[in-house]
Order: sequence, then C-alpha cells, then structure tokens
Amino acid sequence: MSLTRQDVEKIARLARLSITEQEMPVYVTSLSSIVNFVDELSRAKIGAVEPMAHPLDGQHQRLRADLATESDNHEKYQANAPAVMAGLYVVPRVIE
Amino acid sequence: MLHTLSIGELSRRLGDRQISSVELTRHFLARIERLNPALNALITLTAEEALRQAAAADLRLRQGVRNPLLGIPLIHKDIFCTDGIRTSCGSRMLDNFIAPYDATIVTKLKAAGTVMMGKANMDEFAMGSSNETSFYGPVKNPWDTAKVPGGSSGGSAAAAAARLAPFTTGTDTGGSIRQPAALTGVTGVKPTYGRVSRYGMIAFASSLDQAGVLARSAADAAIVLQAMAGFDPKDSTSVDAPVPNYSAALEAPLKGLKIGLLREFFDGLEARNSALIHEALKIYRSLGAETVEVSLPHLPMSVPTYYVVAPAECSSNLSRFDGVRFGYRCEAPKDLLDLYERSRGEGFGAEVKRRIMTGTYVLSAGYFDAYYLKAQKVRRLITDDFRAAFKRADLLIGPTTPTPAFDIGAKINDPVTMYLNDIYTIGANLAGLPAVSLPCGFIDGLPMGVQLIGPHFSEGALLNAAHMFQTQTDWHQRVPRGYE
Repeated sequence: MSLTRQDVEKIARLARLSITEQEMPVYVTSLSSIVNFVDELSRAKIGAVEPMAHPLDGQHQRLRADLATESDNHEKYQANAPAVMAGLYVVPRVIE
Repeated sequence: MLHTLSIGELSRRLGDRQISSVELTRHFLARIERLNPALNALITLTAEEALRQAAAADLRLRQGVRNPLLGIPLIHKDIFCTDGIRTSCGSRMLDNFIAPYDATIVTKLKAAGTVMMGKANMDEFAMGSSNETSFYGPVKNPWDTAKVPGGSSGGSAAAAAARLAPFTTGTDTGGSIRQPAALTGVTGVKPTYGRVSRYGMIAFASSLDQAGVLARSAADAAIVLQAMAGFDPKDSTSVDAPVPNYSAALEAPLKGLKIGLLREFFDGLEARNSALIHEALKIYRSLGAETVEVSLPHLPMSVPTYYVVAPAECSSNLSRFDGVRFGYRCEAPKDLLDLYERSRGEGFGAEVKRRIMTGTYVLSAGYFDAYYLKAQKVRRLITDDFRAAFKRADLLIGPTTPTPAFDIGAKINDPVTMYLNDIYTIGANLAGLPAVSLPCGFIDGLPMGVQLIGPHFSEGALLNAAHMFQTQTDWHQRVPRGYE
C-alpha cells in the first residue's frame, strides 16, 4: 500500500508537524515503504489473542497516598520556557 | 595506564590511595580532549563539575568510605536528565534545555560516588541505529572512523570502546545498547523491563525503553548495574523485587547450563557471523554448558511489530514538545497552531518526524485495528514463544547484529534497511527480557557481538555466563588502534 501526498499532509496535520515542500516527497516515499513493510502484520494469521500492552503481565498500576510530594519549583521549571510573564506561559492570542 | 584498568582494579587503587579520583578524572578528561574530536562521542563536557565531584570522592575515600564506584568517572547518555546541565536528547528541540532534576539512575550513580565527565552523543530521541540522526552530528566508530558506531547509544559505545571513560550509560528500546556495543567491541547490558528506573529518562517508547550499561567487561558491568538497579516509586512500571548481588555470582560454574540456539536467528545468517557464534558455543560447551536448538516461530515478525508499537508510543510521548513549556519555539508564530506545527517541524529532525508520523498513522481512525492492535497481538505471540523456549533452555544465544559496522551514510536514506539492523535485538524488548552483547571476534577488522538473552530478572545468570566467556576469551580486551 502506498501513501499519497494528501495522506501525508493529513498525517502531518494530525501530528502537528509542519513539513516543508522539499521534505514532502521524501516522506511520501519513505512512509509508504514503512507502511508496506509493517503490512506484513496484516498477512499474519492470528486467532483470538489478547493484545499485549505491557511486557510485564499482571503488573498493576500502583497507587500511593494522596499527599503532596513536590514542592513549588515553578520558577526553576519555567526557566526552560521560551516565553513567560508573571509566572504564566506566553502564547499567541487564542481569543479574539 | 589508568584507562586500561578494570573498574575493580581502579577501585582497589583508589581505596589503597595509590591514585586519587582527581588524578583519574584528569587522565580521562585529557583523553577526551585529545581523542574525542575525531569521534564526536560527547555533546556536553562537564570537566569543572567532574573535578569538583572527584575532589568530593577523594574526601570520602580519605574518610574511609569504600564503595566499588566511589571516585570512578563515567559519561551519561544525553537522554538522562541531569540537574542544572543541558540535556539535549540529541535534538535541536532540547538544545537549550537545562534539566531541572536528576534522573533516578543519575541520582543513584551519584550516591555511589561516580564522577560525571559529560553527556554522550546519541541518535535524536534515541531513534536510530547508526547515531547519524543526532542534531550534533554523527559519532564515528573508533575502529574505523568512516564507519558508524551503531545507535542509538552510539556516543556511549564509542566512548567506552575508545577508553574515554571506564563505563558509560545507555538506553535500549530496540537494541540501542546491544547493537552499538557489538559494533564497537564493548559489553552491553540491557536489563529486564522494570529492573532499572525510567524516571528522568526522556521517553521514546515507554513499554520498551530500558536503561543499562556499556562497559569493557561483564565484571565491570555487574558493578555498575548493581548501583543502577532497584525499585523506584517514581517510575510506575518499576518492579519492586530484590536486586541480587551480581558480582558475587559471576564465577558460578556453568556446568549443566542449557543454552538455546535460536533457529530463526541462523536462517540466512552470513557464514562468517554464524561461525563466530558457533565458536562462542564451543567455548560454552568447554565450560560444561549444553546446547539445545529452540525455535521462536513468530520472531520473524518482530521488526514490523516493533515498527508499529514503538512509533505509536513515540507519537504519543513526543506530543509533549509543543514549543510552550520548554524546548524549541519557532520565530514569530502567527497563531497557536502555527506555533505548534512550526516549533515541532523545525525542532525535530527527519527521522523523529518520520516516526511520529508513522505512529500517528497506525493510531489513526480506520487503521488502529489493522496495525496497532494487530501488532500488540503479535507482540504477545512473540513473548509466548520466548516463554516456551525458556522451558527448554536457561539462556538463548545468537548474533547481536547481522553485519559489522557499516559506512556512515550507507543506510541513512533507506529507513526500512536501517530498521533491519535491529532484527536480532528487538525480540528481547518486545518481551521485556534482559540481554547482553559480548565481543566475540572480528569480521573485516571490525568487532562483532554475540548476544545472550535470558528470562525476566535473569541479569545475574546472564552476567555470570558473560563473565565466564570473558575468562576464556580476550575479544573484550582488544583496543582500537590509536586508543591503546
């Protein structure tokens, strides 16, 4: 199965990735070859098998007491942000 | 020469005060300065901090503190968060990211008294098998600088092989410790999923990622793994099970050990590669091990299964990079969507974008059942195959890679060919099994690895088998020319 340019544009939109004009044909070709490659799975005959999400079966999500374990580090964390004002992350206007 | 000594021997000399950690650290820093420009194995050098940590280790040594890693220098793969130090994950996206906390393994190795000299180069977000996808340029293989060192822990492997550090840390999602270890002639250990904490290790595919070690011998790796392993409440998939004493079990006799020859691994295997594995088997037989042939009928589907599961998890994990809270942001975004799309489009490299899009596709409406769900079912079949094999054999043996290190540039434009490098390593990740790669000989002057895979939490048995092999061979002691 091969993907079209429109398919790749749609996938890129879903993934929130801008793809340049030069990159586009490379992705159409390489994603098609990857999809073809993994299509081998569709030819596999598989009966009623439980899907496996996790390599250690039977391990359950642990719960912990609902207690604060982190102190307030927002200044340290926000030091990595591209734009901050008054402790808030700055983004382009979203409400007109 | 200090860089030729094992961790055990260095530790003895530090304890006897024959050398100081500052001297040892200076020795390795000088090697890095002299030898690394040709290799590009490091992204960030932390020389000043290293000398401070070494001086602190010397103080503890003078106070009589003894710990096998106290005062031993290391290099961390740049996927592990290091508080106050740039943690790039090999990506433009995180080129300016100063980690605000330490990964658990960084904390544990610090507590053991190690000295961090820097952060190792790697494939971007650990996605690659050649270390060519790094934003910081490819790493060169010390055995031949025209060749790749493997990936994604390529900087860690090249640094260990070139004796730039006594050991390095790495991560293995589909072979990213074992494959570069094999291609550079070092010993690589990928522990059981859940054995070593993933907290602070930048996520690629969370059901597959596992941290481990690259060292010059199984005995050295045992010392390091001892300090890294163990339960961590900060990692929801960390397993709360006691960590055995790995070093104590290294010399256990192998008499009666059943080693399973993986039939599927030998189908179509190149003759010289196959001969090296059979040579390794001969050594195991001479040590009293028995061999049985085992079959994993679903193993040939492991690569397509992986290249659905891993990209799916990657597309989800990497959605956190949004250009808002940390990481790269594009210039002058016109609205929020433009900010997301261009920050991600410009911040991620070609292979990372390819994996995100593959993952997005296999998870999208109409394709989820055919790809993702199907892959998860095949994953179970592969895991069941391993379980059945371990009823007949204690450990499984096979090659680590299909070929020795290839030329830089040879496969980078053909993703499927590149993905097939991981054909022998991916199975252990899908099933969450521990595995090691050991140097076992050379093809065309380039090192090759033999792989041992064990049942869950059999690191002790694997290290024992690996160490015993290394008492009979000297492949792990071979040093690339110019790095003696």
